[in-house]
Amino acid sequence: MTKEKIRKIESFVALSLSALAAFAGLFWLIFILGDVLIEGISALNPNLFLKDPVPPGVEGGGLRNAFVGQLLITIGATVIGVPLGVLGGTFLAEYARGRKISQFISILSDIMVSVPSIVVGTFIYAVLVKPFGHFNGWAGAIALAIIMVPVVLRTTEDMLKLVPWTLREAAFALGAPYYKVIVQVVYRGAATGIITGILLSIARVAGETAPLLFTSFNNSFFSFNMNEPIASLTVTIFQYAMGPYDSWHAQAWAAALIITVFILLLTLTGRAIIRWRYGKQ
Amino acid sequence: MEVRKAMIGFELEVKDLDFFYGGSVHALKKIKLPVHKHDITALIGPSGCGKTTLLRCFNRMHDLYPGNRYEGEIIFEGTNILKKEIDLIDLRSRIGMVFQKPTPFPMSIFDNIAYGLRLKGIKKRSELSELVELALRHAALWEEVKDKLNASAYALSGGQQQRLVIARALAVEPEVLLFDEPSSSLDPISTSKIEELVVELKKEVTIIIVTHNMQQAARVSDWTGFLMLGELIEFDRTDKIFTNPSQQLTEDYITGRFG
Repeated sequence: MTKEKIRKIESFVALSLSALAAFAGLFWLIFILGDVLIEGISALNPNLFLKDPVPPGVEGGGLRNAFVGQLLITIGATVIGVPLGVLGGTFLAEYARGRKISQFISILSDIMVSVPSIVVGTFIYAVLVKPFGHFNGWAGAIALAIIMVPVVLRTTEDMLKLVPWTLREAAFALGAPYYKVIVQVVYRGAATGIITGILLSIARVAGETAPLLFTSFNNSFFSFNMNEPIASLTVTIFQYAMGPYDSWHAQAWAAALIITVFILLLTLTGRAIIRWRYGKQ
Repeated sequence: MEVRKAMIGFELEVKDLDFFYGGSVHALKKIKLPVHKHDITALIGPSGCGKTTLLRCFNRMHDLYPGNRYEGEIIFEGTNILKKEIDLIDLRSRIGMVFQKPTPFPMSIFDNIAYGLRLKGIKKRSELSELVELALRHAALWEEVKDKLNASAYALSGGQQQRLVIARALAVEPEVLLFDEPSSSLDPISTSKIEELVVELKKEVTIIIVTHNMQQAARVSDWTGFLMLGELIEFDRTDKIFTNPSQQLTEDYITGRFG
């Protein structure tokens, strides 16, 4: 065999293997999404959004409590996590730029990103659930916020570092103090990137179940009270999917579909912003 | 008469200035240099000679980075501006700077010019509009942008962006403007526009310009300082430097024997 032939065979084998791997991955993805789509759509009905759960065996009912609870927890997590992440990222990229502490925190938060979410859940359980004697919505929001912070912090840091130094120097040269340089010039330059990071971090926590299981737990009743256990879609999916009733299974499928679509939309929005802002240059 | 004018006409005076990067790299050595009021002073020299370093001493830009150290004095209106207690915010609003690459802020044309004005506490829209127009007219950009003041500054061409940042620097009415190779990233037509503008501006401000383009220095400046390896080799009237320099090194540099 000539060298050329061997090379062609090698190329063919490598191509086939990588294509096979890609199709194997894609197959399961499409299988899962397709299943959620088919089962979810057939279970969708207006009552899902308008009614609260009914006792097992009784027909009808919905998951209004879980939608509201999920929304409250996610908003709570965003309100706590985003400012912390953005300010922390600002500290690393601006005030502590080039210092050892900055690199140390960066590495630490990279590790934090990959900490299993159940570990965060059990930690918050020990700190904010056990001492109070009952599950509560705030604990859930804070658990999710802790998962958000490193994501937002690192994106903010990276985006701020992308803003050229000459831009800051130009603002300093006009006599601007550092905080005004950051807020009025640097943030503006990095705004789309930071907003995208925030959207993706919300998408990241919106599908979390494990941290909520230990913190906000669940509540069969409609509630706005974050000091008490509060329902969430993900925990409801977990419980309903494990339960013995067909009506529960159907509702779990519908909830799974809705949360999947929600996360998909957030992710697509984030990507669209990136493409719109950075793609056309 | 010449001497007398020189005596009273100093805007800035550099006295035995030494500068160290990061505490150890000795970048400027015993620089002595007068900057004449309402004249253009050019700083020329081969790459790494310290001309930009010297320029950035005048508005204390080096203070942004840790470890940098000045020794000696720069006298500006009777005060040594290298003193620790100098208010840098005030100093930088009086000694403006234009950078090598255009540095428009990520905001509208109007807001770019208004930025420095707002820093000075001017908030009234009518007053801002007036001053923004004035600054854009000074920078010979008004006619080109008057219909799109709310458009992003990034929509302008490189040459327009550079005139925009000159207008932004002028808006706060500085006494001195520092130019750091302001046309090195521009095409020849934009370059000649910037040069015309610089010459026009000396009626109002004192100008110090760093350039690696000797023709540019010869065209626009009244005084020229030639630096090499952190030392000021020669300082004199520009026509003297370019026709009859007193130092052999200066002659070798401007005749293109090195650099």
